[in-house]
Amino acid sequence: MNFLIETRKLTKTFGSLTACNAIDLHVKPGEIHALLGENGAGKSTLVKMLFGALQPDAGEIIWQGMPVNMASPSMAKRTGIGMVFQHFSLFDALSAAENIALAIDDDADVAAIGAKAKALSETYGLPLDPDALVGDLSVGERQRIEIVRCLLQDPKLIILDEPTSVLTPQEADKLFETLARLRNEGRSILYISHRLDEVRRICDSATILRHGKVVGHCDPRHETPASLARLMVGEAVVKVERQPNQHAIAATPAIAVTNLSRAKTGPFSIALRDISLNVLPNQILGIAGVAGNGQSEFFEALSGEVLQDNENAVSFNGKALGRVGVSARRKAGVAFVPEERLGHGAAPGLALTENLLLSRHATDAKAYLKRLGRIMRDKLNLTSARITQTMDVRKGMIDPPASALSGGNLQKFIVGRELDRQPMALVVNQPTWGVDAGAAARIRQALIDLAKSGAGILVISQDLDELFEICDLIAVMHAGTLSVPTPVSEATYESIGLLMGGAGEHVNRHEVAA
Amino acid sequence: MIRVELTKRPLPSRTLSMLSPLIALCLTIIAGSIMFMILGKNPAAALYSYFIEPLTEIWSLHELAIKAAPLILIAVGLAVCYRANVWNIGAEGQFTFGAILGSMLPVLAPGFTGPLLLPLMLLMGIAGGMAWAAIPAFLRVRFGTNEILTSLMLVYVAGLFLDWLVRGPWRSPKGFNFPETIQFSPDALLPAIWYESGRAHWGFAFAIAAAILAWFMLERTVKGFELRLMGQAPRAGRFAGFSTGKTIFFAFLVSGAAAGLAGISEVSGAIGQLRPVISPGYGFAAIIVAFLGRLNPLGIIAAGLVLALSYLGGEAAQISMGISDKAARVFQGFLLFFVLASDTLIHYKIKVSNSKHEAAHV
Repeated sequence: MNFLIETRKLTKTFGSLTACNAIDLHVKPGEIHALLGENGAGKSTLVKMLFGALQPDAGEIIWQGMPVNMASPSMAKRTGIGMVFQHFSLFDALSAAENIALAIDDDADVAAIGAKAKALSETYGLPLDPDALVGDLSVGERQRIEIVRCLLQDPKLIILDEPTSVLTPQEADKLFETLARLRNEGRSILYISHRLDEVRRICDSATILRHGKVVGHCDPRHETPASLARLMVGEAVVKVERQPNQHAIAATPAIAVTNLSRAKTGPFSIALRDISLNVLPNQILGIAGVAGNGQSEFFEALSGEVLQDNENAVSFNGKALGRVGVSARRKAGVAFVPEERLGHGAAPGLALTENLLLSRHATDAKAYLKRLGRIMRDKLNLTSARITQTMDVRKGMIDPPASALSGGNLQKFIVGRELDRQPMALVVNQPTWGVDAGAAARIRQALIDLAKSGAGILVISQDLDELFEICDLIAVMHAGTLSVPTPVSEATYESIGLLMGGAGEHVNRHEVAA
Repeated sequence: MIRVELTKRPLPSRTLSMLSPLIALCLTIIAGSIMFMILGKNPAAALYSYFIEPLTEIWSLHELAIKAAPLILIAVGLAVCYRANVWNIGAEGQFTFGAILGSMLPVLAPGFTGPLLLPLMLLMGIAGGMAWAAIPAFLRVRFGTNEILTSLMLVYVAGLFLDWLVRGPWRSPKGFNFPETIQFSPDALLPAIWYESGRAHWGFAFAIAAAILAWFMLERTVKGFELRLMGQAPRAGRFAGFSTGKTIFFAFLVSGAAAGLAGISEVSGAIGQLRPVISPGYGFAAIIVAFLGRLNPLGIIAAGLVLALSYLGGEAAQISMGISDKAARVFQGFLLFFVLASDTLIHYKIKVSNSKHEAAHV
């Protein structure tokens, strides 16, 4: 059989980690081929080698029957491979046409490229304004620029890395139509994802990776999500147990936000507009939304890394704490888990015990500090061991630096560090982002158990499945505004998806005003 | 086109990290030998007069302590700064301003004597260093200016201010128009520690005490944790509830205090009056000391002694072999270069790739 591209025993190691171990991949002309696997399975490393961004340590790449050495991305582009990255490589301060012109090798002028891009974008149903400033565009629109930029080079193989992770369900539907059209033209698409439903919907064949190895090939149209998940994870994933909280008793809210607004702090930050919400004890409120709609700004306002003008804007357990910083908020029984693990929730180079002290030095000064601020390392070791055990944190040595842990294990440690304080309220941003399925289930279960014990929890997440799984109420953040929370039982993927795309903005502002 | 790039090693060797200063020292000696050969001197004899001769006599051991004291004291303060990722390059200026403020009493009120005089002078020296260091700290916190530039520029301001004082208002009336202040009264002089054997003064004891205190603070207390955390991951530090501005001020004030104390100790212990030049560049050499000591205050004690030896050796080699005193500066340059190079190569490896296409399309 003639393959468009295949790899034979392709291998890449980073230090002690074999990211790709003798991978065999075969992509036929005119098919959408899925590359499935959990975070860390080696998908991104594999496609970076195909695209020439990384060089393999062993094995070969065969393009249309001929072995090739992909020395660089520009060589891959000339060969006929285009790639749309998971994290976009666009300049915010330039227009769409300028961004496209930058990536194109010839010296055609920007206006000509813009016109060409516009014509192409219309052919494929990807409406695009070449003169729009990238910084002003939505994530979906930015992705279109990337796709059009890639199509301008007339590639035979298009690699898409997690393209729907940043899209609303409706935007994703439009993308799938475009992909089908590209396939019908005889182009091949290598589609990287861990979302099983969409893979079953659009892909013709699939290669499944686990821990850097190929563990199976299949036709996803003949599989169930459960069977695909088993192939990906290698074991059945434990289902999170939850009894929905039907009637939270009218009590003092654990978390109350009242008319919180915050001006833009930079050209590409999002202003928060008049956000109000209440989270009662025993309740989990989820905030859905496409990344970059003000979630990080909202988290900083809640955590106290940024203070409010009005102390009543943010209150926890009935105490108005809008004017005090993160330590004072923690002392009031609130805990926070930020989105970025390394560099925000934990310091990469510091040991786990020191990272434990990071969020506990003010609240538990009596437990961990002696006179003159001396640190009691033995007490930190005890707590660290307790957290390690309850959250099943796996690590190579007793007290490794945070950077030595895998993403899932570090996240379990960070969540465990906060839960160990038995907080009355918890604010968590992207609790399972980039975390393997086993660790994610563990973290979600821990959040549910904490709510059961009486705490109020606010979960900000891009993962709708996660929110529907664990939350009692769900609201959507779009362009710095928050929709009115609705009970999960009344919400659907479609209704939430529409709000994520900005459909409900007008209505909501009315309701808040009323 | 050949491209050279540094890629991070997954696991830097712990043994090599420990040995890195020694490796750097060996490489410095090798490079120094080559330099002496090019100068037409016998390398063995030159190295002997540089590194061994000063250790053979009691008086030169005292000189070693005198030279090492300001280096260690300043470097300990700088280590606190650098661990917090605050780049104070202007210790030389804080040293000078500490010396000026500390000398105010003996110069302007020569009649004021007694046991209180010396402690007051030392406190004023510390205050002077802190005040000078507070300027770049304030500019950084308030306006976001780069502290490397401002602290460095203030070195020259302090130096010229001292120059103006000793040539103008503070010049000794009995000094035959030499640019210097009056000699300090005996009560204003920092006494020798072991006065039977030589003139090494209490500045050395201050340096050792400061190193031990700084080590204790950095390694054992929550304040040291705060500094290290803010230095490594400022966002995580703010999440921990620490303030960036307070950290910058704290780091600058500690290093300013150390440099100011070093300044007044040097003037009152080793010189006995103010002159246009009171430092052979201690404030800059202390940057080398801080890194050679791996930013660890106890390591800095050893590193300070090594660098002090290179100053003394430079003088000895100039006298016995006629080698220019600039050679000592070159030595110090070699040392810093090799320290930084060893550290870099322990954490990164060099990758040479020959990729024509890459270069053509960058």
